[in-house]
Amino acid sequence: MIGRIALAHAPHYQKGMALLDLANPSRFLALVARVQPWLVAATVAVFAVAAWQVFFVSPDDYQQGDTVRIMYIHVPAAWLSLFCYAVMAAASLGTLVWRHPLADVSAKAAAPIGAAFTFICLATGSLWGKPMWGTWWIWDARLTSQLVLLLMYLGLIALWRSVDDPGRAGRAAAVLTLVGTVNLPIIKFSVDWWNTLHQPASVFRLGGPTIHPSLLTPLMVSALAFTLLFLVMHLAAMRNEILRRRVRAMQLIAAQRETLPAGAQPVPGE
Amino acid sequence: MGTMFGVQHAGFIIASYAVTVVTIGALIAWIAIDHRRQKAALAALEARGVTRRSARGGEAS
Repeated sequence: MIGRIALAHAPHYQKGMALLDLANPSRFLALVARVQPWLVAATVAVFAVAAWQVFFVSPDDYQQGDTVRIMYIHVPAAWLSLFCYAVMAAASLGTLVWRHPLADVSAKAAAPIGAAFTFICLATGSLWGKPMWGTWWIWDARLTSQLVLLLMYLGLIALWRSVDDPGRAGRAAAVLTLVGTVNLPIIKFSVDWWNTLHQPASVFRLGGPTIHPSLLTPLMVSALAFTLLFLVMHLAAMRNEILRRRVRAMQLIAAQRETLPAGAQPVPGE
Repeated sequence: MGTMFGVQHAGFIIASYAVTVVTIGALIAWIAIDHRRQKAALAALEARGVTRRSARGGEAS
């Protein structure tokens, strides 16, 4: 008994309980309501700084010329397309291994956002490729693996929408998401493993970035702005998904109530 | 701005930013509309007297 009281007062135990508290959807919704306005304000502020850096501070690149400005959205979109999938993979582990109540919600909410960033990456890459490479598209290893990522996102969204029960859909999608993680290292290292038209890594590489600070600073500020935007949209989409599941649970209760004989108690939902 | 407009590839740059703004704008609009729709559905169910077990027990989840 004494040991149990001592454990309850231990800092690591209280920290663990705080994490468990966040697993409660109502507490998570309350946290989102508190944090979201600050996050939105920070996102707008960082985007304003990024726009000033990109359009007024950044010089033209000596090879790309003014098309370097496309890189300030193309590169963050490419990073976030991978980051978003990594978030979904971590959430999938949470669904299958720890059965965390919000893991499946997080993965489902992230998929359309990841698909949007992947689409932006491919579209802006194509718009950069035409003046720089002389072609809109080439079946290069990096471009093709990135296209496969977009198809994986779309497949996962379709899977979630085709299975009515969110629990079953979540487990099936979690397995498929984890299988799809094999594509992440392929995308990252495709420029090293194969002879590609796409240039090799120039920021996250051994030996440090090869980009001049005058171009690297706007790129990193832009990446921070897009990352904050991802966080804002992900939290908002998670909030919507929790509400959608509440609506579904209440609709089931209402349907049971309408079909049960008078006086019988419905089986409660969520 | 002089380095931006009056340049060789302004069309490609503007198109890139337009694609990004439209895609992100559509995503934000979808999230906002979805939120409004779920809140309306919840309010309609509550107006019919439907409550969740956890809400009835005092501890919402």
